[in-house]
Amino acid sequence: MSRQDTAAAEPEIRVEGLYKSFGANEVLRGIDLEIGRGEVVCVIGPSGSGKSTLLRCVNLLEEPDRGRVLVGGTELTDPDVDIDAARRRIGMVFQQFNLFPHLTVTANLTLPQRRVLGRSRAEAARVAAENLARVGLAEKADAYPAALSGGQQQRVAIARALAMGPEVMLFDEPTSALDPELVGDVLAVMRMLARDGMTMIVVTHEMSFAREVADRVVFMDGGVVVEDGAPADVIGAPRHARTRDFLSRLLDPARAALPGEPEATGEAGEPEKEADGAAAG
Amino acid sequence: MTGTQAPPRATGLTRRQKRRLSRGAQYVVFVAAVAACAAAADWGRLRNQFAQGGIARQMFPDVITLALKNTVLYTLSGFAVGLVLGMLIALMRLSSVGPYRWFAGVYIEIFRGLPALLIFIFIGVAVPLAFPGTEIPGGTYGKVALALGLVAAAYMAETIRAGIQAVPKGQMEAARSLGFSPARAMVSVVVPQAFRIILPPLTNELVLLFKDSSLVLFLGVTLEERELSKFGRDLASQTANSTPILVAGVCYLLVTVPLGFVVRRMEAKAQEAVK
Repeated sequence: MSRQDTAAAEPEIRVEGLYKSFGANEVLRGIDLEIGRGEVVCVIGPSGSGKSTLLRCVNLLEEPDRGRVLVGGTELTDPDVDIDAARRRIGMVFQQFNLFPHLTVTANLTLPQRRVLGRSRAEAARVAAENLARVGLAEKADAYPAALSGGQQQRVAIARALAMGPEVMLFDEPTSALDPELVGDVLAVMRMLARDGMTMIVVTHEMSFAREVADRVVFMDGGVVVEDGAPADVIGAPRHARTRDFLSRLLDPARAALPGEPEATGEAGEPEKEADGAAAG
Repeated sequence: MTGTQAPPRATGLTRRQKRRLSRGAQYVVFVAAVAACAAAADWGRLRNQFAQGGIARQMFPDVITLALKNTVLYTLSGFAVGLVLGMLIALMRLSSVGPYRWFAGVYIEIFRGLPALLIFIFIGVAVPLAFPGTEIPGGTYGKVALALGLVAAAYMAETIRAGIQAVPKGQMEAARSLGFSPARAMVSVVVPQAFRIILPPLTNELVLLFKDSSLVLFLGVTLEERELSKFGRDLASQTANSTPILVAGVCYLLVTVPLGFVVRRMEAKAQEAVK
């Protein structure tokens, strides 16, 4: 399943000059980003910096005001493109899991395959079982989501996205709603995906995961990309003051009580509600 | 402010004694009121007028096989029409297309604001006038289904809309991100969840329709098309006795009371699920 061998000049995901506002609130202010096939990119930054909005613009759950998004050579922002067909190639995992609560785990995986891809019942069931085994939850096939822990629900959500055979996976703070002891299992599944060569964008606060798994780390603040590079550089030796400030707050939350740079906090504080509200729904 | 040390007994009654006394007094008043009514009523005449065993017996089996059957039939067909139409109007109300929303809003206001009786008369008189030569298919049954359905749709549309809006936004987003079209996502993911939420109020609507089906009276029906109310009233005037009314009433309760019980059970279960 390695995709690196087919690596062409065209990146798997290309974002050009992306702008997005919610009312008067400018959440994205000109984002450019290229992600190669099989690359794992972690997006970090303070809440309200526009990370989630950027991710939701990549599969057009949010419609950008300006700019272009290309995935696998298809321009999603083209009004004539079949967005439903394009989204089949892009899996998404949400902070709140968003499993279908009225369906069993297996039905959560088979319904989209059958309705969207038109797979037969048998084929969908086979793919579902395969992907449940992949995330280590084969024994929960007949359970309802409410009977699962948060970590298990999130792994089912990953399996549901994988069952559609995506070429790209988007993770929107996949572990932020989990109890700390459940985070590890979800990260392990994501690590496995990265190893298998999946192209991934991960919005996360898990610095150790970013450091270990990501090929690149993107630090966003105030709706722009502030720093973009290898994890060792961005997390290990940040060049920008805003990156350093964010990382030190993250590592030492007690410091967050101190007043930081007035400009940075002003931008970060305001859009928080909007972006989070949009992400959590 | 009485001191904490002040002996309560010294002031007269304790709190518990006061509560007992007050409750006891309420019981006495209530029982006395009921007893007074019962004593004042002329039971002999009531029994004569409402509980003639012979007349009641004479109503069977038609009151069940004809009248109750028709009532159920009218109710279910009205409910079916109301559900389909209500669903449509709810979706229009939530549509991004302005005129749809506007039309749905007007429809709901009109049909919720009018007495069901007027709509029955309207269907009986205005429709044949407006579309000469066209017959509502199904005769009386079709007319009743339409009239009851039009009324029910307005109430159900609001219930269904609330149910759809109660489904978390993330459900639609998850479905869209998997490649569902908006319509597919609505049908496969959102609506099934909405219906779980609105099952109790929808069942309540069924109870209301069951009673409203008595308005068929105003459409003019043949002997075979009579439902409980019409059947009871006809027999009452034939026999110059009100026993058939009582029997018809009991037949309504035989259905509405168990349904009400089912609704309360579902509501209790839904409440539990939320916790």
